[in-house]
Amino acid sequence: MPIQYYIILALALFCIGVVGVLVRRNAIIIFMCIELMLNAVNLLLVAFSKMHNAALAATNAQAGVEGQLFVFFIMVVAAAEVSVGLAIIVMMYRNVHSVDVNFLNRLKN
Amino acid sequence: MSNLVYLVPLFPLIGFLINGLLRKSLSKSLIALIGSGAILASFIVSLVLFFNVKSHGGEVVSYFNFINVNKLVVPFAFQVDQLSSLFLLIITGIGFLIHLYSSAYMHEEENEHYGRYFAYLNLFVFSMLLLVLGANYVIMFIGWEGVGLCSYLLIGFWFKNNNYNYAAKKAFVMNRIGDLGFLLAIFWIIAKLGTVSYGDVFASVSKLTPTDITTITILLFVGAMGKSAQIPLYTWLPDAMAGPTPVSALIHAATMVTAGIYMIARSNVLYSLSEVAQHLVAVIGIATALFAATIAIKQNDIKKVLAYSTVSQLGYMFLGLGVGAYTGAVFHVMTHAFFKALLFLGAGSVIHAMHHEQDIRKMGGLKKYLPITHITFLIGCIAISGIPPFSGFFSKDEILAAAYEHSPVLWGIGVATAGLTAFYMFRLYATTFLGTFRGTHNQEYHLHESPSAMTIPLIVLAVLSVLGGLVGVPEVLGGHHELHQFLSPVLTSEVKHESVHSTEYMLMGVSVAIAVIAILFAINKFSKKPELRDADGFGKVLENKWYVDELYDNIIVNPLNNLGAFFKNIIERKGIDGIVNGVGRLVTYSSRQLRLLQNGLVGGYILFMVLAIVVLIFIWINDNFIFSFFSKHF
Repeated sequence: MPIQYYIILALALFCIGVVGVLVRRNAIIIFMCIELMLNAVNLLLVAFSKMHNAALAATNAQAGVEGQLFVFFIMVVAAAEVSVGLAIIVMMYRNVHSVDVNFLNRLKN
Repeated sequence: MSNLVYLVPLFPLIGFLINGLLRKSLSKSLIALIGSGAILASFIVSLVLFFNVKSHGGEVVSYFNFINVNKLVVPFAFQVDQLSSLFLLIITGIGFLIHLYSSAYMHEEENEHYGRYFAYLNLFVFSMLLLVLGANYVIMFIGWEGVGLCSYLLIGFWFKNNNYNYAAKKAFVMNRIGDLGFLLAIFWIIAKLGTVSYGDVFASVSKLTPTDITTITILLFVGAMGKSAQIPLYTWLPDAMAGPTPVSALIHAATMVTAGIYMIARSNVLYSLSEVAQHLVAVIGIATALFAATIAIKQNDIKKVLAYSTVSQLGYMFLGLGVGAYTGAVFHVMTHAFFKALLFLGAGSVIHAMHHEQDIRKMGGLKKYLPITHITFLIGCIAISGIPPFSGFFSKDEILAAAYEHSPVLWGIGVATAGLTAFYMFRLYATTFLGTFRGTHNQEYHLHESPSAMTIPLIVLAVLSVLGGLVGVPEVLGGHHELHQFLSPVLTSEVKHESVHSTEYMLMGVSVAIAVIAILFAINKFSKKPELRDADGFGKVLENKWYVDELYDNIIVNPLNNLGAFFKNIIERKGIDGIVNGVGRLVTYSSRQLRLLQNGLVGGYILFMVLAIVVLIFIWINDNFIFSFFSKHF
């Protein structure tokens, strides 16, 4: 498949993530959108890795494995980050009984 | 001799420092002792120098390089020759008498102000000595500015009176206008000759074109106009009478105002090469002499009469310089210093006795209360009127004789002015000393002769006023004119007298006759029935000094004030302040608006972040286009 398809998909995912972060107020949805952007980038990473090593893939089955390794690594870190983020959201809910981010504007003044 | 010269200005400088710094702790008698003693010491050294010059001739003593830039070297050097040693004697001699007089005259002042007064006076003498001793125009200019400063400080000595401060400022500003001319002349000399030392400049005049010489001499004369109160810069001198009377005697009659005459006499080599400048000096001189004399006729303030008389006599001196009678001018400086200092000190004595009353209409009949002042004042009046054998006769006659050879018209105006001089001086004398007393009873009760510290200078000056002319008895009267012979090494451009004796007798006879008639007329007119009313008609014009001050106010001062007000109110307030305050207001306003962006909503922040990233990416993509656009247009 041509690389353009991956790029367009990643771009679409990233834009959905951005718009979701911008327009939604629910902390959990925003969090999910952030994950969406992260994964859009992951997708790009692995796609480009494949593209750059396409010529070598015929002779060497191991070619381009570094990019994929990075993606796994990012996913692991993201999972750790998700646990922290969810913990924050839980704490927020316990304190204000809401997950609406606009509710947390006391730093304004 | 050379190891003594620096002592002359050093003594007054030390006196100035001691009196100025310790004025609060020294007693009055000690202050007076230091102040007068410093000048007396200078006088003694000056006497030694004078006799040395008389027997051995002048010399230049160089101490160090004052300015040393590239090819221009200005040495700090003193020139002691016939001309400067004569001025040294006048300055320190009369200066000492006036210091002595001041010690009594100013005795009512508080300790601190008494010390300040003597400090200023010593600083003045120091500057004046620097002026006449300097061996080049730059050192002269230092002294020139110094005396201007001291004049300002002493006119405004009683600084609690605002009018006196205005008078001081006026004197300073008018002097500065003249100083600009002097300064330009110095620059011109430096540009053309690369040196300012008198000897070098006069030796290399042949390198100058006639235009250069004319410009330099006229610019120097502009400086002299300011310092020596000639038309059109004379109006500060009558106002300068705001200062204490001994100051008027020392600075505004005997010494500082003659600095212009000294400068031109010193530069006689230059002036004799420029016909135009000489004519200008002569015409301005005689015009000032006549103009000031007419004003003096109608003044009622005893010091104002003397002030205009000084302006008038200075005009005579410039007439002498203009017609090439340099010795005559210097001679008149000397005799004028004697009798005008005497008249001012006499006026001071009268004012002292009258408890600071200066209006002669409220005096009269002071003859019997102030006998010494009366006699000495009378001698001064006779001397200034030019009655032989008093000193004024010889010097004035010498100038008039030279003027006659130059042009009979100048002589005619000069003689008419001499008649006016005699008239207004004896109007002053008769109104003040003759007739009956017209002041209050309280004043009459307190009338007393001044203490001896004041009368001794009067007597000494009176003797000098009588005998001072004998150093310059012309040959036609059987003398040898010692002063002429003495000064001839310096005043090399002196125009030689060639008139026949019968003409000279005629000239003297006419001027003396006119003076005598004017004196008799004035005494007759004013001793019995002094004019007490305000003048009307033409007299009012004279009393108001031809409205020259008003004219200057209208054509110079007021437009300048208006221009200043325009700059202050429109340019400064609206323009500069507007810009500065506008920047401040803009920042305040825009930050108040921008503050609203910080609303605490995370979504908003992220929106801006995303927008910024989009913009940055846009720029990044189009960077080539953007850079080429900027480099093309800016």
